[in-house]
Order: sequence, then C-alpha cells, then structure tokens
Amino acid sequence: MLDTQLRPARARPLWVAGALAVLAASMVAGLLGGAAGISPWQVVLQALDWLPFVEIDSGLAPIEKGLLYELRLPRVLVAAVVGGLLAMAGAGYQGVFRNPLADPYLLGAAAGAGLTTTLVIVMVPAPVLTIPVAAFVGAIGGVMLAFALGNTAGRSGGTATLVLAGVAVTSFLTAIQTFVQQFKVEELQRIYSWILGDVGGGWDQLWLVLPYAAVSSVALLVHGRMLDVLSVGDDEATALGVRASRVRLAVLLAASLATAAAVAVSGLIGFVGIVVPHVVRRLAGGSYRIVLPLSLIGGAAFLVLADLLARTVIAPAELPIGVVTMFIGAPFFVAVLRMTRRTST
Amino acid sequence: MIGVSGLSVTLGEREVLSDVTLQVRRGEWLAVIGPNGAGKSTLLKAVMGIVGHRGEVSIDERPAASLKPRARARLVAYAPQTPALPPDMTVSEYALLGRTPYIPYLGRESRHDREVTASVLDRLDLSSFAARRLGELSGGERQRVVLARALAQQAPVLLLDEPTTALDLGHQQQVLELVDRLRLADGLTVVSTLHDLTVAGQYADTLLLLAEGRAAAHGKPVQVLTGALIGKHFDAHVKIEPGPDGRPVVHLIRGGP
Ligand SMILES: Nc1ncnc2c1ncn2[C@@H]1O[C@H](COP(=O)(O)OP(=O)(O)OP(=O)(O)O)[C@@H](O)[C@H]1O
Ligand SMILES: [Mg+2]
Repeated sequence: MLDTQLRPARARPLWVAGALAVLAASMVAGLLGGAAGISPWQVVLQALDWLPFVEIDSGLAPIEKGLLYELRLPRVLVAAVVGGLLAMAGAGYQGVFRNPLADPYLLGAAAGAGLTTTLVIVMVPAPVLTIPVAAFVGAIGGVMLAFALGNTAGRSGGTATLVLAGVAVTSFLTAIQTFVQQFKVEELQRIYSWILGDVGGGWDQLWLVLPYAAVSSVALLVHGRMLDVLSVGDDEATALGVRASRVRLAVLLAASLATAAAVAVSGLIGFVGIVVPHVVRRLAGGSYRIVLPLSLIGGAAFLVLADLLARTVIAPAELPIGVVTMFIGAPFFVAVLRMTRRTST
Repeated sequence: MIGVSGLSVTLGEREVLSDVTLQVRRGEWLAVIGPNGAGKSTLLKAVMGIVGHRGEVSIDERPAASLKPRARARLVAYAPQTPALPPDMTVSEYALLGRTPYIPYLGRESRHDREVTASVLDRLDLSSFAARRLGELSGGERQRVVLARALAQQAPVLLLDEPTTALDLGHQQQVLELVDRLRLADGLTVVSTLHDLTVAGQYADTLLLLAEGRAAAHGKPVQVLTGALIGKHFDAHVKIEPGPDGRPVVHLIRGGP
C-alpha cells in the first residue's frame, strides 16, 4: 500500500482525460461559434472527417465546409497552441522565479517581444520569417531586464519586487514601442491589432508557430522534476547535487521560446500564464510534473473559449482576444495576490 | 571524513566565522553548540559548499572544491535549519527529492529510489502522511519530513542543522536514536547543531563550542560542558552534574545573571 502512495508525482490519467475532454468540447464550440444552421454534431463529424484516414459525411454544404476549414479551424488551432504555450511558459517562469505571479506578460517577456516585433514590422519589408527570431530575442531581453531590476531593487527578489520590476519594464518597453510605431503610421492598424492579440491569422500562422511550439513544449515538459527540485530553493537544490543556475537557464530559454512563438503569431495576450497554472495547482496538485502538462491542455482550452467569446460577445464586430483574457485575468490576478500574501506572511 | 582548516566566512561586512579548524572521523558524531548567531549554521553551510568561504574543506580525503555537485551530494546530505517547503508538495514527493543525486538530469525515480524513500518514511513514522501536503503539517512533522529527505539521500555524511528543535520529547528521542543507530550500523558521520546542551552531551562523541565565529572549545562532552565555559559564552547560570552514564547533564538555575 505504501508503495502506491510513493509514486512520484504525475498528472493522474483521470485529470488528463478530463482536461482533454474539456479541450475537445471547447474546440467544437470554437468551430461552431455563432454560425447559424450547423449543429454541434455535424461539427464533430466534420472534425473527424478532417482526421487522416477517416471519411465521414457530415452533411455540411461545401460552403460551410470551406468556412469551417479555411477560417474557423486554423483559428481554433492557433488559439489552442498559443494558449497552451502561454500557460506552460507561465508555469515555467513561476518555477524558475519561485513566484506564483510570474507570467510572460507581467515579466516583460511579452513586452520585449512586442518591441522587437514592432521594430521588425516597421523596418523589414516582408517580415514573416524574422518575426519569431525577433520575438525570441525580445522575450529573453525583457525577462532578463525585469529579473535584473527585481534583484537590485529588493535583495530577496520576493514576489512583490519582481512583479513591480516586470511592470516597470513592461511600461518602459511599451513606451519605446509606441514611439517606434509612430514612425510608420501606415502600419499602425496592423501593429495595434497585433498588440491586442489576434489568433485569426489562418493556416500560415499555425505552420509558423508549430515547430517552436513543439521544441519549447518538450523542453519545458522534461524539466518537471528539476523544477520541483528548484522549488526547495537554490541552497538545497545545490545540496541535492543540482546546479540551480543551469536548470534555471534551460527553463528560462524554453519558456521564452514558447512566449516568443506565441507572441509572434498572436500578439500580446495577457494573464493566461497566471490563471491556468494556478487553477491546475489548486485542482490537481503542486508538482511541476502535474502543472506543466495540465497547463498545456488547460491553456489551450482557455484560449479557444476566450477567442469564442471575443468573436461572439459583440458580433458581428470582434473584440481583441487580449481584452477578453485581461477581463477575466485581472480580477483573478488580484485574488491570487491576496491569497499568496496571506499564506506567505 | 570531514576536514576543515582555517575556515573563514564573511557575510555582508561581518566575518561570521574566523579560522575554524577541525577534523571529524568516520562514524563520529560532532555536535556544534554555541549561542545564537555564533556561526553554527554557517559552518554547516560552508561544509556543504553553499556559502562562499576561505580556507580548506575536505570530504572523504578529497578537497570539497574539486567535487562535482552530484558527487558531493552523494557524500553529504544536509537538513537546513529553516528549509523552504513548497506548501502544495506532498510529503512523499518531497522526500523523494532526496534521491536527486542518483537520478539522471531528465530522468525519473527508479523502483529502488521509491523503496529507499518509503522505508525512510516508515522509520520516521511518516508513512501515514505520505499523501499530505507540506502546508498542512505541524512544525514537528515538517522537521521529520526534512530529515526524511536527508536520510533518503543515503550519504555517508549527515549535516543536521537543529534537527530536533520542534519535536516533542518522544519524537526527539526517536530521531536522535535513529540517527545514532544509522551511525553505528552504517558508519555514518554526523555533524549536527543542537541547542539542547544535555542532548548534545548525550548523543555526540565530540562537541565544538562556537562563540562569535571562533572555536572556543573542542573535545569530549565533559571537557566542553563545564560551568565556566557555558557561563562565559552563553551568559547563562547553570549547574552541571554527571548523568547515570557519566555524561554531563546541564541544569538551568533560576535567577541567573
Ligand atoms: N546572509 C547574511 N548576511 C549577513 N549576515 C548574516 C547572513 N546570514 C547570517 N548572518 C549572520 O551571521 C551570524 C551567524 O549566523 P548563523 O546562522 O551561522 O548563526 P547560528 O549560530 O546558526 O545561530 P542560531 O543559533 O540562531 O541558529 C549571525 O550573526 C547572522 O546575523
Ligand atoms: Mg543556526
């Protein structure tokens, strides 16, 4: 009996299955989103039909199929990938900085990527392939800046200092970005829609993000146990034979790659990285071997639903998806801050 | 097993340890005693290699500086005075962290790792806590969990910083007896700081009295636990009697200085 209790932490199959079911349901809802005359069942059949080696007649008209395939499907998939990446990157940053409020958006990673991406949009004529590289450099730079600032401001680098440093860095980089974008007024519309988040880029965007998404997800997922070791602090991690700084660097790079990939295709979408890992932690357990994989799935479902809301709340007009996540995320952030205050003092 | 020579540590502006030299033989139990702030915890950290220092530290006849972190972690296990305990982690997950020096960087725990950890939890009366979150434990339970992690490391040297401060009398005895048995059976070398001088005198072969970062006395319990030394360095008024087995027992006298 004892032996079964001594299993190393891992996401229980039941949780994984549940999370996948929620993701599947939200993707069907996302495909359905607002269209008249299509039943959920037809969407499910059509989705199965798209799978390789499966032939099912969903009974949809060709034009409906075309709409689903060319517009809805890539949109839902990009939202899922971006949401998964941001949530997992958030969990990774939280492990590296041992701080439950670390998030790509708050840490300056997103703002850094935003600045460099804007620079590229403004300066390079056809920027599609350089954007991820620029976003990556910017993401790493933003995090480093926030971390350095947080360390000089407060010796202990506690929760509040790091978040404040992240806010300062974010504002500063955003200010530079605004400054830069005003030089190219004709690109303003494009830059703005990018800043507020947009997952409607189509299949091209999906293919663009997928390789980075795969690499960064694997790199983060394999570090689950190491992040658990880091969670006891640097001194004790060292006493356990782990070079904390190396683990930290590896995870930081992976999380920033994930952030950069997400930011490059979808712009700045905040709070996914805080909300999702936190809910996972509460529900399923605190080990990073649980938090990372479940955040990947949960983040995907969360952003698909957020995108659905963004498309339907004021239809036929659309809200930027970043507005939806901020609307949900900001109150949540305050709640988490209150809770960590209470437990850490 | 452990050699320390000319060890000095400066933290901030202050020299916290000055020129400490000592040897701990294999299988010996050394208790480090001294008033608050004397540098006891710092001494253990320096031996563990987690605080910068001058002077030499050697472990198992090898200079500690030449050991890779994993190799060092297989030789020395450390239970800190104020450990960081992630509140959402479970007891068994935490104790399993002690096996880290044996697990490849991206690997996972083997069956052997789980068995070792399970038996350590069992010996510390923690089996029924295995699935509990660390944030839901009492102070003494936490302390035993930290000890479990250190013991799961199966290192020949144990550095224990105040391992018994939060424990009730029975658990205090249980923990110290367990460490003592491991020491006698497997030849573990133990360095612990202990605030309870009588307990230190009971279990340790050798005492090191630190005061203001210097070694004020070093020797057998009867040589170190004297009214004069304690009165001088702890600023306490005590009476010392030989216990049933000849080891000194320290009594606090009411109305001291
Ligand atoms: N990071 C630090 N920076 C500056 N001074 C420090 C630091 N850590 C500890 N000190 C100081 O070093 C001295 C020795 O600390 P240490 O923790 O070794 O004492 P100790 O003997 O273990 O005390 P206690 O009995 O209270 O545990 C203390 O005066 C303490 O204030
Ligand atoms: Mg101490």
